[in-house]
Amino acid sequence: MSKNTLSAQFRRVDVDALDENNFNDADADSSTPVGPDISAATRNKAEALKTVLQNPPLANSKDVKDQVFTAVLKVLTSHRSSDIEKSIQGLSQQEIDTLVKYIYRGFAEAKDSSCATLLAWHEKATAAGGLGSIVRVLTSLKTV
Amino acid sequence: MPEVYHTVSSSVVCCAFNSDRSQLALCPNNEEVHIYVKKGASWSLSKVLKEHTEIINGIDWASESDKIVTCSSDRNAYVWKREGNDWKPTLVLLRMNRAATCVKWSPDENKFAVGCGAKLVSICYFEKENDWWVSKHIKKQINSTVLSVDWHPNNILLATGSCDFKCRIFSAYIKEIESKPSPTSWGSKMNFGACMHEFSNSGGGWVHSVSFSFDGKKVAWVGHDSSISVVDSERDNILLTVKSTYLPFASCTWISSNSIVSVGHDCVPYLFSIDGAGNLTFRDALDKKEKKQSENVFSALNKFRDLDRLGSTKSDRSNTSLNSIHQNAIKGVAIARGTKKDCAVFSTFGMDGKIIDWDLKSLEQSIAGLKIA
Repeated sequence: MSKNTLSAQFRRVDVDALDENNFNDADADSSTPVGPDISAATRNKAEALKTVLQNPPLANSKDVKDQVFTAVLKVLTSHRSSDIEKSIQGLSQQEIDTLVKYIYRGFAEAKDSSCATLLAWHEKATAAGGLGSIVRVLTSLKTV
Repeated sequence: MPEVYHTVSSSVVCCAFNSDRSQLALCPNNEEVHIYVKKGASWSLSKVLKEHTEIINGIDWASESDKIVTCSSDRNAYVWKREGNDWKPTLVLLRMNRAATCVKWSPDENKFAVGCGAKLVSICYFEKENDWWVSKHIKKQINSTVLSVDWHPNNILLATGSCDFKCRIFSAYIKEIESKPSPTSWGSKMNFGACMHEFSNSGGGWVHSVSFSFDGKKVAWVGHDSSISVVDSERDNILLTVKSTYLPFASCTWISSNSIVSVGHDCVPYLFSIDGAGNLTFRDALDKKEKKQSENVFSALNKFRDLDRLGSTKSDRSNTSLNSIHQNAIKGVAIARGTKKDCAVFSTFGMDGKIIDWDLKSLEQSIAGLKIA
């Protein structure tokens, strides 16, 4: 027998990558890879929220996503609880879906200071977006 | 008002009626097909068809030729033919290595389509010389399990909805048994297996159900992201989508040239229409979730027990039923009387074992401002 049979290198080859029929969920839909214009956030909180939810960085690198997430979190925590409902009223269906995505990311990377705020936002956002907006967080392939 | 037609003790995975709705075939969540016959006002179990070895995922009853086709997770399909009082099965070789998920007779009932987990659709037709059902595969571009199929009225085109978040329109033209098809609004070149169009269910979500309109010029589908979409081939294939606020939909059907009923995990049928301006809009829930009167007798014991267990005094634990007529997710919707153009009654079946008929005339009367056109 040849020496080659002792080689274990071939075991490390990612065979799935070579299969041309291999289906990758993430390739399934294409969207524009742009983030919001964070610098444009203004003093008006409702407007700031609308701004950070524009063009969510769905296809960008983790750095860009983290940056935008921090900005969104900042806007969310700077709201007084009485202002939340008013700000949400100004959002479109699409923006509410994006907001709920950020809220769930906030839950996933919870810090002590943010949880109570996020829960308040969650209540109001899902009252407006319904269960559908939560379902879309689960089904969406593009994370924020 | 909606009429509970029939209730079985287990959930209904799939069901089909014969042409005059005097008989019903359903799968009670196992490998059997139960045939019920209507006697007076009640239904009685007349036959149990046992041939499959795993759960049955699709049943369709050909109304003209009175044949039943079933497909199952055991990767097989059977065509059942009535012989006297019995049903005689014929095995159909689907040549697939994954579960068959859905099945549908073509409008002319000379072939049927089976979707499956092996990323393909099997088109089966009867070969007279060999007295045998043969199958041909459509594989092009399908990247995942096919969850639903629906036939175009011209008996050639087939819409598929699959787990790769796409709705596709294929040609299922079998030259051995059919004459050359005439061009349609979806295209003119119709070789077998050609993908005429592909539409994405934007943003993800498996496509659970597809439906061609009565004239075949529009196609609607519902996705697991609680969305419903319509494409009109006569309006440059623009995609109209509504992202609803409800739980995901499992099934949909056209009930008029502009209206669609979709059902799903919310246990209530919803009506969507294309309005005068050409937009797809949500119209109304067809089952108003009216609060049921609780018959709970107030007792101090219950109050403190609830406070202890549930942290609330408001809940009445004796009443766990939903406010809707269906008590669990609805699996499917089909037209019971009428056609996709002028449906009079549609029926739904679900995990609660209920099969319910919904009369559109009486729904229009009972729900203020509802006009189905």
